[in-house]
Amino acid sequence: MPADNLPPGAHAASLDKNTGTGTRPGGGVPQRLAQAALRDVPWEIGVAKPDPAIVVENVTRTFGGLTAVSVDHLEVQRGGITGLIGPNGAGKTTLFNLLTGFDQPNTGTWSYNGKPLGKLAPHQVARLGVVRTFQLTKALSRLTVLQNMLLGAQGQRGESFLRALVPGTWRAQEKANTEKAMDLLRRFKLDAKKDEFAGTLSGGQRKLLEMARALMSDPQVVMLDEPMAGVNPALTQSLLGHVKDLREEGMTVIFVEHDMDVVRDISDWVVVMAAGRVIAEGPPESISQNQAVVDAYLGAHHDAPLTVEEEDQVLAQAGAAIAQEEHGGGEVLGTDSTTGRTER
Amino acid sequence: MGDLLNAFAVAGKSALGFQAVFFALLAIGLNVHFGYTGLLNFGQIAFAMLGGFGIAISVTQWGWNFWVGVLVGLAASVVLALLLGLPTLRLRADYLAIATIAAAEGLRLLFRSVSASPVTGGTRGLAAFNGDFIALAPWDTSRRYSVLGTRWSGGELWVALVGWVLVALMCLLVWLLMRSPWGRVLKAIREDEDAVRALGKNVYLYKMQSLVLGGMIGALGGMVYVVATGAANPDQFQNANTFLAYTALILGGAARVLGPVVGAIILLFVVQFADTALRALIENGIIPGELLSSTDVAQIRFVLVGLGLMLLLVFRPQGIFGDRREVMLDAR
Repeated sequence: MPADNLPPGAHAASLDKNTGTGTRPGGGVPQRLAQAALRDVPWEIGVAKPDPAIVVENVTRTFGGLTAVSVDHLEVQRGGITGLIGPNGAGKTTLFNLLTGFDQPNTGTWSYNGKPLGKLAPHQVARLGVVRTFQLTKALSRLTVLQNMLLGAQGQRGESFLRALVPGTWRAQEKANTEKAMDLLRRFKLDAKKDEFAGTLSGGQRKLLEMARALMSDPQVVMLDEPMAGVNPALTQSLLGHVKDLREEGMTVIFVEHDMDVVRDISDWVVVMAAGRVIAEGPPESISQNQAVVDAYLGAHHDAPLTVEEEDQVLAQAGAAIAQEEHGGGEVLGTDSTTGRTER
Repeated sequence: MGDLLNAFAVAGKSALGFQAVFFALLAIGLNVHFGYTGLLNFGQIAFAMLGGFGIAISVTQWGWNFWVGVLVGLAASVVLALLLGLPTLRLRADYLAIATIAAAEGLRLLFRSVSASPVTGGTRGLAAFNGDFIALAPWDTSRRYSVLGTRWSGGELWVALVGWVLVALMCLLVWLLMRSPWGRVLKAIREDEDAVRALGKNVYLYKMQSLVLGGMIGALGGMVYVVATGAANPDQFQNANTFLAYTALILGGAARVLGPVVGAIILLFVVQFADTALRALIENGIIPGELLSSTDVAQIRFVLVGLGLMLLLVFRPQGIFGDRREVMLDAR
């Protein structure tokens, strides 16, 4: 792996900065637990984690001739924030769908806390404490914000057909759930909107609502599919804070994101996918220097800033090409200069 | 003027009679399916037919008690709901629509076929099975009574009364269910199934419960219909009735407890009023005979209802009871 040019102990400044936000009581301490646990883990694909919550084994999913996901081995550390990144079409969402039972794999197994999840339906996965949000936000438009929240609560007695007819059996539980929902809504600053239809909320508020609704089920693992997509920068900061809060409450967070600043800011560990495979994993600071990642994102023939030597090399090549062109061989220019750069 | 009053009275009888009960019950069932759960059931009439024939066959062919027949009818509608739901409810909404519309038409053709006539009576249908029920009426059913300027037979009154009590009970049931967490799950499924799955609810089970419940309410509608007419004939159960029930539902407002009931009453009133009033106008020469003959009225009245419905959807898309804000969310 070409990712070893930073010692594992060298933390990016952004990560240390996070622990100093200080607005949340006790913030930072649990975060360091996950981070410290991952400190001595080598930056290798499929590496074993000290305390894995989710273990994925040989999972493949093909759509016709296209292999959307082909993951040999992947472990997700408990209590940490794992960022899942990769270019469009890398299979991130498909992997999410597989892990949460929304899609069935062609081969492979995965387990959560040692329990195999492979054959479970989505609602069974959710009942085990693994909840997800969706890339395209699924606010339940014609339910009010509060009803959206109450739907997230688990083990509701009034959700059984016969007990629903006897309000006495579920009213007390409903009241407790409503209080819990209002607490969460206050935390996400949606409490003023509780009686509005969710369909009237803005895109960012819907993202907040979806996250808050997922938290109503007291999950242990939260899987967020592009939680920041289409959200303005101010709200992104607030969402980031909420995601960090989840970790501080001891939840395991897996999230898909395209914004590298966000990923660097909050992840304890980053998994990079491209063309269905995991091509790199490691702490966030290891990723940006990883050649496989850079190639996957930008293509092998990208325009990176040049070093002095490279610049000299390119200039020399260009000079040679111009000289050649003057002798009549014009088509050489493009191919020559690009191959020179990718071999650095 | 007398004709006009008469038209009102006739239309009023129709809007309070067993036909309104029939459509109200069909529409309440569809409201559970479509209004609350988002299931597209285009064959509600099949449930009604099974309900009606459940009584008719049990009593006339097998010699069972009337009330056992009611249970047979309800059980048959549950079986139909399960048969339709098991393969289709895991799929997209369209598949249930296709399966139900095919089942409704297929079952009717099966019931009227020659090979089924030893049981169902074929195209002639079955009769004389409602005696036990009519005998329960607290008044003399052989007399005719005058109510609001129209003549009702004692039996008609009795069936209509029991029918409206049934409608009230079903409304109460739907109201109780839809204010509970169970109803909240149904409404959430209507909005987005996958989101509900991700929150740990067994969507398939809830959709099945909804399909069975709405189908049973539809079966009750069919029972009221055959008991009121005293005969069960497969051709009474044309699938056009399903769509009239949808009309009633949308007219009154979907996902509202009383929407389908008020919708059914208004629908039958308007259809019958248009019929009687147009005939009166033609007879009195106010509408010239060359323009419209009284034989065309039966068709023209539905054209008028259609026009009225279009105007309603333009100016009040939420129906009579619906919440405009709620309907407008879809347009975003």
